[in-house]
Amino acid sequence: MSTSTTLEAPNTGTWDGGNEPLKASYGKLMMWFFLLSDAFTFGAFLIVYGLSRHSNLAYTGKAEDFTFSTEWWPIPEKVFNAFPGLHGMDLPLAFVALMTMILILSSVTMVLAVEAGHRMDKNDVQKWLLWTILFGATFLGCQAWEWSHFIAGDGVGLQLADGTTIMGANLTMNQYGPPLFADLFFFITGFHGTHVFTGWIMLVMIFINTVNGVYHRRGHYEMVEKVGLYWHFVDLVWVFVFTFFYLI
Amino acid sequence: MATHHEQDFNTAGEVPKPQTKAIWRTFIILVALTAVEFIFAFTMEASTVRNSIFIILTIFKAFYIVGEFMHLKHESKVLIWSILLPMALVTWLMVALIAEGSYYFESITNYFK
Repeated sequence: MSTSTTLEAPNTGTWDGGNEPLKASYGKLMMWFFLLSDAFTFGAFLIVYGLSRHSNLAYTGKAEDFTFSTEWWPIPEKVFNAFPGLHGMDLPLAFVALMTMILILSSVTMVLAVEAGHRMDKNDVQKWLLWTILFGATFLGCQAWEWSHFIAGDGVGLQLADGTTIMGANLTMNQYGPPLFADLFFFITGFHGTHVFTGWIMLVMIFINTVNGVYHRRGHYEMVEKVGLYWHFVDLVWVFVFTFFYLI
Repeated sequence: MATHHEQDFNTAGEVPKPQTKAIWRTFIILVALTAVEFIFAFTMEASTVRNSIFIILTIFKAFYIVGEFMHLKHESKVLIWSILLPMALVTWLMVALIAEGSYYFESITNYFK
């Protein structure tokens, strides 16, 4: 025999589950707490970077006389000074600046798509999502170039005392400095790139849904907001990676 | 109720005008802060002061991204604190472990001297 009772009115008491203390939907809250846990992961990566950097010798001479050595930690702007199509020129951080601009722009177009969703403006949501997808893909392309250049090296390499030359970088040695430098570059920018790629796939998915009118029929564009939260988080992580890996 | 909404939106051809002023303002602030970071990167010798400037500017950028773009500034206080407090603890861990790294480096180099 069933003992369940049927509610005649929804529960509204404070401890009956009838209130919403955080005034945000379940999906958005879960995205926030997922992003918090993700921030711990990236925080851990950057903490390990700081720890490793401080437990290695820092370069103390003049910046102009800097040379690569496995003895000391490299100056980032001496490592990341190449730009596609401008071979052999010293353009410190120029390409990273471009990548940063692209990602900030993609964040702006994303928030514009969210804003358009609030107004139920399907055409604007489509337009701004498409821009975000375009900038996201451009960023990923830039990162692919950056990685391949980092792995291949600058073509000069690093001459060791025993006569061998290290060209480029892998997980066990690199021409720029201690092995940990390249390891952390691969792990930090790689993990961030994976996040961008995941976010990009979600963007394509919500773009298809928007075009098909799924959210319009649903009556709200909250899914665009949730993916937007994720996408802004990816931008936020890049702001920190940019400072701690490239600037300092 | 859902079907009712659908009809509402399909028949009402009027779409409200976009309110994007605050968004573009935030964008300009973010670009300006990044530009200032580059100016410091190229005009100042590497030092603790320069690193502190970078970190402060980064926190400002994070404030604008999280507060405006992710809309956290306009959420309820409980939600704001439940995100910020754990992050403050992680920041402390970072400070502690960087100090630990310096200590490790010094003790290793002095040990073999």
